[in-house]
Amino acid sequence: MIETTITIALLLMLAAVTVGIVRVRGLFAAVVLLGVYSLLMATLFIVLDAVDVAMTEAAVGAGVSTVFFLGALYLTDTVEAPSSRGRFLPLLLALVTAGALVWGLSDLPEFGSPEQPIHKQGADYLARSIPETGIPNVVTSVLASYRSFDTLGETTVVFTAGIGILALLRRRRGEGRN
Amino acid sequence: MRFDIVLRVATKFMLAPLLLFALYVQLHGDYGPGGGFQAGVIAAAAIILYGLMVGLGPVQKIVPSALLEVLIPGGVLIYAGVGVVGMLQGGNFLDYNRLAQDAVHGQEWGVFLVEIGVFMTVSSTMIAIFYAFAGRRRS
Repeated sequence: MIETTITIALLLMLAAVTVGIVRVRGLFAAVVLLGVYSLLMATLFIVLDAVDVAMTEAAVGAGVSTVFFLGALYLTDTVEAPSSRGRFLPLLLALVTAGALVWGLSDLPEFGSPEQPIHKQGADYLARSIPETGIPNVVTSVLASYRSFDTLGETTVVFTAGIGILALLRRRRGEGRN
Repeated sequence: MRFDIVLRVATKFMLAPLLLFALYVQLHGDYGPGGGFQAGVIAAAAIILYGLMVGLGPVQKIVPSALLEVLIPGGVLIYAGVGVVGMLQGGNFLDYNRLAQDAVHGQEWGVFLVEIGVFMTVSSTMIAIFYAFAGRRRS
């Protein structure tokens, strides 16, 4: 009961922050609101017992990416440029995307239901983790051992992003002189 | 980027606990929430915080760009290397069972090494992105 109340309160606050992000015109305020959004999201993940995801969301979403946004704002401008195009096409695109997402939601299993296929036919990692790997935190054993290929792929994605940013943004030698 | 004295003193007090917490999240990931990715971001956040406080020059004396350029691919290499070692010992790629005398011990070693690889790549990539943004001037 109390968990449902907290979840609903957090979701309402998320909705309010989202409206704020859309409405606000100053980009500085938008970046701060995005950080607030991530922090609320992280709290919601804790309520849903997904502590690992909450930690990632708080560190990446609310922490580091806010700094990156601020760095980008410092290099560009803090006021959104007025759009010269019409508003019809973006509105249509947003409505179509939202419609597709809501349509997709109807196919999801009921929230928290133990009858989902993933709980009935999925691999029984909860039982296997301790005897096979000796790791009590099943999230870690799934990420780093059973699904190690995926995590190698994720690390490679981070690596690729890193060298991409370095290639694009790093100051080249002699750039500052001329 | 310079802040007033209150912010500078307050951030200085936070740096050591932040780095310690990153180590805790990294090494305790088998038992509690967290792992290489989270620890990497927390450690990078500490370095970035220091960089915001003192500026780009002093922070690059502690973590130079050249070091980051070794660490970013180094983490992926460690990760893939663990997989190759598993293959050399007769298992599949990323099979940790043969890394030590028994399978459970090998799994613990494999997860430990792989998480170190993730930590290296994630933290150094975050710091490198920060350097790349902070090193440019407004045009």
